Amino acid sequence: MKRFNAKIGWTVLLLLALAFPYMAGNDYHLTVMSTAYIYAIATVGLNLITGYTGQFNLAHSGFMAVGAYTVGILTVDYGVPFWVAFALSGFVAAAIGVFVGLVSLRLKTHFFSIFTLCVGYIMFLLIEKWESLTHGTGGIVGIPAPESIGPLDFSEPRAQYYLVLFFLVASLWIMHRIVHSLLGRTFMAIRNSDDLAQALGIPLMRNKLLAFVLSVFFAGLAGGLYAGYVRFLGPGIAGVENTFDMTMYMLVGGIGTLLGPLLGAIGVPWLTQYLQVLQEYRFVVFGPVLVLLVIFLPHGIVGTWLNRQRRKAASPAPVAVAPVKEVSHA
Amino acid sequence: MELFLQQVLNGLTLGGVYSLVALGLTLVYGILHVPNFAHGAFYMAGAYSAFFLINRLGLNYWWGMLGAAATVALISVLSERLVFHPLRKAPYLHHMIASIGILLFLEAGAQALWGADFHRMETPYTQLLTFGSLTLPAQRLLIIGAAFTLVVLLQVFLTRTITGATIVAMAQNREGAALVGIDATRVAMLTFAIAGALAGMAAVLYAPINLVYTSMGHLVITKAFVIIVLGGMGSVPGAIVGGLIIGFAEAFGAFYISTDYKDIIAFALLVLILSVRPQGLFARGAH
Repeated sequence: MKRFNAKIGWTVLLLLALAFPYMAGNDYHLTVMSTAYIYAIATVGLNLITGYTGQFNLAHSGFMAVGAYTVGILTVDYGVPFWVAFALSGFVAAAIGVFVGLVSLRLKTHFFSIFTLCVGYIMFLLIEKWESLTHGTGGIVGIPAPESIGPLDFSEPRAQYYLVLFFLVASLWIMHRIVHSLLGRTFMAIRNSDDLAQALGIPLMRNKLLAFVLSVFFAGLAGGLYAGYVRFLGPGIAGVENTFDMTMYMLVGGIGTLLGPLLGAIGVPWLTQYLQVLQEYRFVVFGPVLVLLVIFLPHGIVGTWLNRQRRKAASPAPVAVAPVKEVSHA
Repeated sequence: MELFLQQVLNGLTLGGVYSLVALGLTLVYGILHVPNFAHGAFYMAGAYSAFFLINRLGLNYWWGMLGAAATVALISVLSERLVFHPLRKAPYLHHMIASIGILLFLEAGAQALWGADFHRMETPYTQLLTFGSLTLPAQRLLIIGAAFTLVVLLQVFLTRTITGATIVAMAQNREGAALVGIDATRVAMLTFAIAGALAGMAAVLYAPINLVYTSMGHLVITKAFVIIVLGGMGSVPGAIVGGLIIGFAEAFGAFYISTDYKDIIAFALLVLILSVRPQGLFARGAH
């Protein structure tokens, strides 16, 4: 019954997303939505390492920048077609992720976070200062839009929206497969207790590294899409503020759930859209919101809702603990 | 030789400022056992409150510094009471995210109040002192002098007074401290006040030779993290030594390697050291 409900829910969401361009008033709305989708892909990636595996990676936006700059540099400076560069973006981020992960994942809890914070800064500073490669603070301009594939042409905002949506759906589907597999359970076991997982015979390093590399692959892919969509890149995309934004999306929606990060990544930008005054100062409101969420609703909207559902179902299992497996039926 | 001494001076200046920020961070770590990402925003808040007191209310530099120390101490204590205290039993991830929330709030608040522009903070100490062939800006000497005075005062406070000893005791063993009758709430508030005041004063010392802007805390706090990881989380001497190491590495790196990449040096150092020794330079146990 539950699974059935979840299927209906996801189908409705997909239908709404497909119909959105016909309901949206103008191209600007499409732009907001497409950008939100791109960030949702990156946030879904961050959720894998942070929400499911319990390692808070503060260099996530750095990896998104790696993907974006892979596309930017290859297409603008080397004339590589967009699709080739785009196909590489996730893999370049993942390749760098292997090295960063190998070193950083030897550290636990906040030491890992501090270390990745520093790695993120190094990435940001390298992008800003290494002018011969990245064009420095001036950024990369004139990134070509995705070339058309056969009859599919991506010059229209509507077509670009569907392109981004396609990758979002694919990402969510892959993530769904991951968290429902033995691998996903392994990640959650690591999140719930390092020591216990190890005692169960789970190789910690190998699994953490896998989660890390998969997560930055999503970041790189999102970056590649971002480059092709916005078509302008500056070093700011690597800034830690970007990771903070994604953390907020993840937390508002529900950390460690499939639907949560998606909801946050789409809901929060729309909320700021409607509160135009807030654009610049959105964190005057969202900063305290983040704090209040962590104190009173640490499982976010989706997590809290699921806990309540479970309590209603009067399952004999205790409900108070962190959401583990039932959550992913959302 | 003069150039070399000039770099030593720069290293001491930077090292002094970094040590002050790192000391606050390491004291709070001793109590909370989580890194307070908002500490950089405290630093920024210190610079802005002094800027407001000096430029708008016309107070002199020292009153500005005192006012900044008091303001930031208050912000710091409030964040302990309102945010960290309710979260004391939560997983570490929640602390970190909450501190990021405070950081974002303070930065956006400063921007809403004072705009995104860069501001200059005036200092009465603009003269250049010359010793032989060496020219020393007075502000830099002031930073070095003030930073080391504060460090010594803190050290005396922590080791020679009962109140200071309660902070050390609680950092060493929370339950043990509670058993001998130390009021955990009072000590936590005191520690946050001291950490905030130190960050505020460091900002007021450093701001005249830098600038005042909303993201001024980012690099400083990240370097302070590097320092306390290298020096051992919670260790007071480690924070001082670590601060000097990073200060000197940056001053000499900027001069002998590259000004463009000077900010990377601290982070590269951390990455390098943690790659070889995941437990840090001076720490005994593994992280």
